[in-house]
Amino acid sequence: MSRNLILGGVLTGIFVVAALLSFIWTPDSVEAMNIANRLKPPSADNLLGTDHFGRDILSMLMVGARTSIAVALVAVGIGMGLGVPLGLAAAARRGGMLDEVIMRMNDLIFAFPSLVIAILITAVFGPSATNAIIAIGIFNIPVFARITRGAALSLWKREFIMAARVAGKTRSRISVEHILPNVANLLIVQGTIQFSLGILAEAGLSYVGLGAQPPIPSWGRMLADAQTMVSLAPLVALIPGLTIVAMVLGLNLLGDGLRDALDPRLKVVRA
Amino acid sequence: MLGYIVKRLISLAISLFVASMVIFGVVEVAPGDPASFMLGINAQPDTVAALRSELGLDQSKLDRYLSWVSGMLTGDFGTSYTYRTPVAQMIADRMWVSLPLALYALTLSTLIAFPAGIFAAARRGGPGDLAVTGATQLGVAVPNFWFAMMLVLIFAIQLRWFSAGGFPGWDGGFWAGMKALTLPAIALALPQAAILTRVMRSSLLDILGEDFMRTARAKGLSSRQALWRHGLRNALIPVLTIVGLQFAFLLAGAIIIEQVFFLPGLGRLIFQAITQRDLIVVESVVMLLVFAVIMVNFLVDLTYAAVDPRLRTRV
Repeated sequence: MSRNLILGGVLTGIFVVAALLSFIWTPDSVEAMNIANRLKPPSADNLLGTDHFGRDILSMLMVGARTSIAVALVAVGIGMGLGVPLGLAAAARRGGMLDEVIMRMNDLIFAFPSLVIAILITAVFGPSATNAIIAIGIFNIPVFARITRGAALSLWKREFIMAARVAGKTRSRISVEHILPNVANLLIVQGTIQFSLGILAEAGLSYVGLGAQPPIPSWGRMLADAQTMVSLAPLVALIPGLTIVAMVLGLNLLGDGLRDALDPRLKVVRA
Repeated sequence: MLGYIVKRLISLAISLFVASMVIFGVVEVAPGDPASFMLGINAQPDTVAALRSELGLDQSKLDRYLSWVSGMLTGDFGTSYTYRTPVAQMIADRMWVSLPLALYALTLSTLIAFPAGIFAAARRGGPGDLAVTGATQLGVAVPNFWFAMMLVLIFAIQLRWFSAGGFPGWDGGFWAGMKALTLPAIALALPQAAILTRVMRSSLLDILGEDFMRTARAKGLSSRQALWRHGLRNALIPVLTIVGLQFAFLLAGAIIIEQVFFLPGLGRLIFQAITQRDLIVVESVVMLLVFAVIMVNFLVDLTYAAVDPRLRTRV
């Protein structure tokens, strides 16, 4: 196992565990306000200090991890769920009408400035975690469609696919039974990368107030709240930011590590 | 080449058409009536109706779409619901903040990424390469708006070298304007520089394995000479595509950074318009940004095809 894989796995694991743990236990309540105790530096009671409402920052971060992970994960799910079948279908009939339409639609979504459209969607339909998921998820679809199509196209030229065709299997059956398992590794690696981009996008949207709404804690909004007090309590702005960096870094390292571990050929190219 | 240009122009037109339909469609299904929203809950029905007809909301969707598109084609972006000023004028004013900001950030990103990428590729696998790739890992993981806050904390609040936000306008002099855009440009440029450095590095590494590079070395050039004379020029093609894409991204990405620094650019215009349900402004600014992105991609493709004839067959 490579260093990337271990470090990335550990970092990601910490956040996933923290998010899961927050369902049953947090050091403190994230909704109870205690103004007298606001903007306190880290102490034994509040390991990472308190925010401007006197809420425990560690607890906020744990519940915020839940929001971030949920939004990014479902957005990746949308991208894979729709993108992979589209990519498989496009590759199965290369150069056909369907392929052409799918790829042109993809080009179009790629050409859209994703952030602007995400803001448009959340603004029009109202800010909420669900709309953030949709806005981020839509832009994952072409990513997965493209990568699936690319990988599938080269597989369609291989002998074992020829054999399957000669054996009388339909194109769609070949796509599911032979192509999909062979592109799975690639999809897992890309999924990790899109996951980390989703975390960043969610943070950006909730920073401008278009993500999960109060009182649900989110990392982006913690930063937005901290901004006005950055000179009084720098830690309140520093800690959520470092949390996002650590989570995204962890996922990126995990993606790199997985790529090396799952596909030995790529390792040679990169080294 | 002409055939290629025609093909690309057709696909450009289709892209713009579909984009305009999507944007119009999304805004159309927005819940709530702009006229009653603007007039408040106590408005008389006939006042609302009057405003609706003034805004053209009583026309059919198709009529409104057509007048929106044909207006934009002639430079008429409509009139803002809330400010009662031509949208084109509002956009032009804000453009003087957003466009220089994006260009500034692009310049910084290129100035950082080119030397860093070349440095890393030339020292492949060495400590210098590891340091650069490590830094890019970190660079892509940092949310730029948070980085912006940290820049404000250090350079504006602690060191007092820059102001924490706002924009004095270009009337106050070129340097005053540039100074106000410096922190935002750095915040915008950092993650982009990290991406560009990676592209530069891997593109150079690909080229270094090519036969003509071996030939260059065989004829007696040092590895550094071969890199500068033959490697760099060939490695630049993919890098320039990314630079083109980044410009569009920076223009759009400035939206959030403008919020952090209270810059009166297109991003703040969008947010103001969204909170005021000033849909015509939202529509037009989004369409303009999409147009800019699609145009930049188009021009990059064209330049590309002009430089490298092999690419003309790929449409």
